[in-house]
Amino acid sequence: MTEKKLADWWNESHGSLYEKLGGEAAVNAAVDIFYRKVLADPRINRFFEGVDMEKQAAKQKAFLTMAFGGPHNYTGMDMRRGHAHLVKQGLNDVHFDAVMEHLGATMKELNVPDELIAQAAAIAESTRNDVLGR
Amino acid sequence: MTSITYGGNTYPLDKDQSVLDCLVGHGAPVPFSCRSGVCQTCLMRAVRGVPPEDSQRGLKDSLKLQNYFLACVCHPTNDLEAALPQDVVKSLPATVTALEPLNSEIMHVSLECHAPLEYRAGQFINLFREPTLGRSYSLASVPQHDEHLHLHVRRLPQGKVSGWIHEHLRIGQTVEIRGPSGDCFYVPGRPEQELVLIGTGSGLAPLYGILRDALQRGHSGPIRLFHGSRNRAGLYLTDRLRELAREYPNFDYVPCVSGEEPAPGLAAGRAHEIAFMEIPDFKDKRLFLCGHPEMVSAAKRRAFLAGAAMKDIYADPFNVNAAP
Repeated sequence: MTEKKLADWWNESHGSLYEKLGGEAAVNAAVDIFYRKVLADPRINRFFEGVDMEKQAAKQKAFLTMAFGGPHNYTGMDMRRGHAHLVKQGLNDVHFDAVMEHLGATMKELNVPDELIAQAAAIAESTRNDVLGR
Repeated sequence: MTSITYGGNTYPLDKDQSVLDCLVGHGAPVPFSCRSGVCQTCLMRAVRGVPPEDSQRGLKDSLKLQNYFLACVCHPTNDLEAALPQDVVKSLPATVTALEPLNSEIMHVSLECHAPLEYRAGQFINLFREPTLGRSYSLASVPQHDEHLHLHVRRLPQGKVSGWIHEHLRIGQTVEIRGPSGDCFYVPGRPEQELVLIGTGSGLAPLYGILRDALQRGHSGPIRLFHGSRNRAGLYLTDRLRELAREYPNFDYVPCVSGEEPAPGLAAGRAHEIAFMEIPDFKDKRLFLCGHPEMVSAAKRRAFLAGAAMKDIYADPFNVNAAP
């Protein structure tokens, strides 16, 4: 594939995931469900103590938009910077796994087909090393 | 060509350029993160002109009504003058028209502004004792019905402003105020939705404004107010609120005391705990939380976990740590 074609393929395949999931409406439907699961999980909710819930919800929305293949401008560097203070507090794979679990369960709850859940999970998974600062 | 005014300068907006790109390109200190209209870091407010609907997606209704928008996805077709949220307040003089104790520690203060002040019941103003010494007080008045601004000022131990208000302020005296600010107010629409109002101490001030605003705008769904204090002497406006409850069958008032045996007609316990006991499910309900910051943050979290949508939770925590 030429570089141009590769770029088109990337855009189409990723654009189509976002479209198949239902775009912004899907993110809006998912964000409160997802954030509720995260906050209720004793394995990870200490990382969210004392943060402004509204700002946090907006960040969760940005994360879901990215995982759903939607438009975003986050770089690996942003991910590192944004989580560095949490890595210092002990953020590790166990916590990342817990978030992945909630992502899958949220989509399941919204009756998203398994193959699309797998695609979103793969996008989220691709941020693991940056989030954990490795 | 469309232009953007910010901080006294006007910049032409290039074709397809967002307000954020334009301002940042000219070195304006606008914070941002996702640049996709999601994270809300670049929240700004149009002080002249109306922002396009697309730039308000995902914002709380009370922010949309005040022309807030996200700069990174804002492509205006008309000229806009924009400001960062903290920069949009005006300063004006106001004269004290009434001072009446509501209970032993809370004073009703009525102020007549020297110029019209556009505000919504539940927002707050800053009242200044000296040019650099001011404190925030919520508005209990409803602009359509009350001629003057109404504040409920609780006297804090060693309070430099609240103590001065209680002891030295006199009717006829003129003070400087700034405002209004805040997004904790009633947004018309969905009149059938259940409203739950929870407040402690003088957190009743914004709730009293929000309550009357909602009732007067014809809100038809149930409205439940839980007002808490340690003891009975800390409650106030109880007769007026009971009267409102008789007048409006959809309004229910629950005064709560947490530190003593409750007298008849009062509930025993903290206001938010009683509210959560009586209302186990918060799905589709609109919440207003005002007063003690720990109560506000605990109740916010609990209501969200009990099914409330984030956009339906309005909060006004009374932070007093910076204000001895």
